[in-house]
Amino acid sequence: MTFPSSPAKIAARMSTTDTREIILEARELTREFEGVKALDRFSFKLHRGEVLGLLGANGAGKTTAMNCLLGLTLPTSGDLFAFGLPLQANRIQILQRSNFSSAYTALPGNLLVWQNLLVFARIYGVPNPKKKIAELMELLEISHLDKRVTGQLSAGESTRVNLCKAFLNDPELLMLDEPTASLDPDIADKVRKVVRKVQRERDIGILYTSHNMRDIEEVCDRVIFLHKGKIVCEGTPSDIVAQSSSDNLEDVFIKIARDGEILDEPKKDPAP
Amino acid sequence: MSIRIISALVLRYLFLYTRTPMRLVELVFWPLVDLVVWGNVTVFIQKNSNTEFGSFILFFLGAMILWDVLFRAQQGVAISFLEDVWTRNLLNVFVAPVRTVEYLSATFFVGFLRILITCVVMGFVSWIGYSFNIFQLHWWLVPFFLNLMVFGWSLGMISTALILRWGQAAESLAWAVPFFIQPVVAVFYRVEDMPAWSQPFAWLFPATPIFEGMREVMKTGTMNWSHLWLAAGLNVIYLTLAGWLFVWVLNMTRKRGLLTKFATQ
Repeated sequence: MTFPSSPAKIAARMSTTDTREIILEARELTREFEGVKALDRFSFKLHRGEVLGLLGANGAGKTTAMNCLLGLTLPTSGDLFAFGLPLQANRIQILQRSNFSSAYTALPGNLLVWQNLLVFARIYGVPNPKKKIAELMELLEISHLDKRVTGQLSAGESTRVNLCKAFLNDPELLMLDEPTASLDPDIADKVRKVVRKVQRERDIGILYTSHNMRDIEEVCDRVIFLHKGKIVCEGTPSDIVAQSSSDNLEDVFIKIARDGEILDEPKKDPAP
Repeated sequence: MSIRIISALVLRYLFLYTRTPMRLVELVFWPLVDLVVWGNVTVFIQKNSNTEFGSFILFFLGAMILWDVLFRAQQGVAISFLEDVWTRNLLNVFVAPVRTVEYLSATFFVGFLRILITCVVMGFVSWIGYSFNIFQLHWWLVPFFLNLMVFGWSLGMISTALILRWGQAAESLAWAVPFFIQPVVAVFYRVEDMPAWSQPFAWLFPATPIFEGMREVMKTGTMNWSHLWLAAGLNVIYLTLAGWLFVWVLNMTRKRGLLTKFATQ
């Protein structure tokens, strides 16, 4: 686990032990909005087969980071690479090998579920799309929804349909933006288990944002905490909890959200 | 450019039209209302005029059908884009491996399909109801149709770029933009009948030589080739500029971080 570091230390830390292929990398990524830095020299690496949680309070920079990584927002400075390729110059090639699901986007509500999935299967060039869709719907336990109108699904059903779309092209890199937001505990648990199962079976690298620390503890191998656009700490969830004198990850989250630091302020020695 | 991706995007719009028949009504209902109103006015004028003008007035119906070619092509681009905004699908499209040119091509094709549906219905009704046969334009109909369709695509890209720039508050531009130019492109009257100061402006738009040409063909049976060349040349310029504008605005929204805001609002 690492604690607040200079960019140089972060860069040094990133060249550590994991020998798996790096499938996503940000180097010194900065994004300013009208003079305010939403991301400030943000650097990280995501390896194949790893689930990396991106955490932070509202406004910490998670969504900006995700949008930069998806090519929806251009960084003010810094570099982005996926599969070893510069993102901007190879956007289409990279997106073909990636996918995305968010609680805040939807598939067209006026189409039937199978119609939406078929359209995206064709966009991604999925061979035998009907078979693939049927397999994924069965995996996500939503086979019964195929002829339902997408806009009439419950939040849990809609999330699983979005995940089905995200798995269509067997992505090597998956970005999930709060996939369990607004789900009841039962459905959230199912979603977490499916994500983990598919990720392990297919060795996918996942970038995962959530405000649900249960999600993070169950799903993520490693997490990065952001505060005001900067990395505050990074490590496995259990290491962070153990070394931050907190009871759980939620306490760590609250400390960082309120103080911007993982550790409580050390008590000052009384004045002599 | 991938035909597979374009066809997938077109399929999405076809699903949409089959799922929501009210959209088909929109394609047919308003053009028919226009046609009936103008058709009845035409009949009224014909019955009360003994001059050559009485028979010539039929060009109103031709003008209306050709105007709809332009309008439907523009709508094909602008409304298809808005459909993705309304259904919060824009992000899904922009994070899929879809090139801008593929996205636009799909909307162009949707525009073409919209034109076909509208023109077949209007052509049939004007022939049955008002004895106006659009095919009296013979093979000239093809270059007229193509030029107006391409100009409609350009206007569609301009409308979409403006909506991207100004957000959903500007979505009424999807319908308004063609009507900004309608008064100066001589749809229902000759350029020489327009105020003198506005006549030079009329020739800046590719639609003007087409509507002038249509009236000429209907009146004399001959076509002024220079009109066609002018329309084609202007269309190349408009299509290039509109495509550049769309890509420039799209990149600007990415740079300013507005795309995600726009797509999820």
